Amino acid sequence: MQSIIWAFLIGGLICAIGQVLMDGFKLTPAHTMCIFVVLGAILGGLGLYEPLVKFAGAGASVPISSFGYSLVRGALSEAENTGIVGVLTGIFEVTSAGISSAIIFGFMSSLIFRPKG
Amino acid sequence: MSNKKKKKLTPTQQEYQQLAKSKEPKRPIIKNTVKAFLVGGFICTIGQVIKMVFMNYFGFTEETASNPTVAVLIFTSALITSLGFYDHIAQWAGAGTAVPVTGFANTVTSAALEHRTEGFVLGVGGNMFKIAGPVIVFGVFSAFVVAIIKLTIEALGGM
Amino acid sequence: MLQGRQTWIFESKPVIIGNAAVGGPFESNCALADDFDMFTEDLWLGQDSYEKAERKLLEHACEIAIKKAGIKKEDVQFFFSGDLINQIISSSFAARTLGIPYLGIYGACSSSMEGLALASLLVDTKFAKNALAATSSHNAACEKQYRYPTEYGAQKPPTAQWTVTGAGAAIVAQEGEGPRVVCATIGRVVDMGLSDPFNMGAAMAPAAVDTITAHVRDLNIDLSYYDVIATGDLGRVGHDLAVELLKKHGINFPEEKFTDCGMIIYKDEQSVFSGGSGCGCAAVTTYGHFINKMKKGELKKILVVATGALLSPMSYQQKESIPCVAHAVSIEM
Repeated sequence: MQSIIWAFLIGGLICAIGQVLMDGFKLTPAHTMCIFVVLGAILGGLGLYEPLVKFAGAGASVPISSFGYSLVRGALSEAENTGIVGVLTGIFEVTSAGISSAIIFGFMSSLIFRPKG
Repeated sequence: MSNKKKKKLTPTQQEYQQLAKSKEPKRPIIKNTVKAFLVGGFICTIGQVIKMVFMNYFGFTEETASNPTVAVLIFTSALITSLGFYDHIAQWAGAGTAVPVTGFANTVTSAALEHRTEGFVLGVGGNMFKIAGPVIVFGVFSAFVVAIIKLTIEALGGM
Repeated sequence: MLQGRQTWIFESKPVIIGNAAVGGPFESNCALADDFDMFTEDLWLGQDSYEKAERKLLEHACEIAIKKAGIKKEDVQFFFSGDLINQIISSSFAARTLGIPYLGIYGACSSSMEGLALASLLVDTKFAKNALAATSSHNAACEKQYRYPTEYGAQKPPTAQWTVTGAGAAIVAQEGEGPRVVCATIGRVVDMGLSDPFNMGAAMAPAAVDTITAHVRDLNIDLSYYDVIATGDLGRVGHDLAVELLKKHGINFPEEKFTDCGMIIYKDEQSVFSGGSGCGCAAVTTYGHFINKMKKGELKKILVVATGALLSPMSYQQKESIPCVAHAVSIEM
């Protein structure tokens, strides 16, 4: 039960910050998402995102910032195994579920549905 | 970096811009932020429940359950986008639907749906990442930079 | 005849012998729905893309206007048309169907009055017995090209506007019964350095005021001469700014007669943010609502100042501001 409450609070807080960026700083959604991804990567590199995920669960792993974190995690873990080249080869290892499903379900949608305008 | 050529504004232009700014209906930032908090929190809660289902009934661990959770959320977002009501929810929720990974799926699906009229290769294939592309580009590049910096610091004996 | 710096007086007062306004499903519930000739069932019009649907919309408007004028398609001598789709393909492909000698124009949302002014010029100078002026816009096609895919969840701010899915057409001739085009003031491009594509009303207001000022100066008249002065699509935000600017410039105008097509076209309960926009906005309001009111005798003299924002998705990405233009046409019964 506690994990659900923290997921709600942290996830909501991250989205609230996004809303302030969009309304207060007049950023487009694309710019806002980029900022979050980059922040996720930086916090991941600093070792601050992992405890957030352990603490908030989906509250930290569902927002787009976790995408940046996963990319860094993939790069670093592969670099541990195979040296510096691992930074290139390991980047997509952890996030492949997200990108693959987006492409697959996006494409399938275009096969079946039409936009409603 | 971005082109910082600031065009010199004439006094008339500056005066008008101030007038326009004063007449601009203010965005209801507090209301929007509360809505974003509620919807974003709700989506993450759903994610947490799905994650717990995968952990308890399908034998995933804390670490590995994130992947199928994200996949389920993406599938749901693609479906809601295809059925035509994601944009209506998003008009209300703002960042609450844009910041979670559901927003990412929505950008890909909406672009794919829209450009089907230009064919599957050039239309769907060529335009699918119109809005999501920057996220992937900047995500990958920043991950690369962060990883290199971290490894360099570690190699130099710091951290 | 040229009057002043940028106003044409049409001495023979060309007659609008046929007019048509066509709308989409959302427009079928709008405040001016009774003045439309036809509504489509959906945004597709039986076509397989939004862009093809828009050209069908334009074709319908032209065909209805021609029919109402009591002439045949082969009798129409020239066709002026413009729209918002890249390379104005809606107009060009509609021209292909109509087979009328074609002059494509682009004034963004000011295309309706730009077309009407040019058509009247041809007829007044006897370079044509008649001419057809038309324009169209399609909400989904416009969103797809200028902003985001239609199913994308981006939150629009209160200054945004709703592109009208509609087409308007008018046939101007040397003789016949109907409202007459008296004069037109051609606007120049005005850019106040604004660059927010979600607040075009604020960008276009100075252009509208510039053209209205030129109109008043060239003709040396007072705006109380008109029963209605309507800008094209400034919306609520742009309209308020235009009122302020006119007062600041010392232009006398009857505030209760000064309105905006984008503000009046939709009902309050239709969520359209600041109001309607698009080439179709001024076109359907003028060629439907206003002309109908003139034929019924409720309006005698109107001035329509269609406003256009001349940006492109590329110019916006290259951090350019939004230059705007406004063209004014005076119609009298």
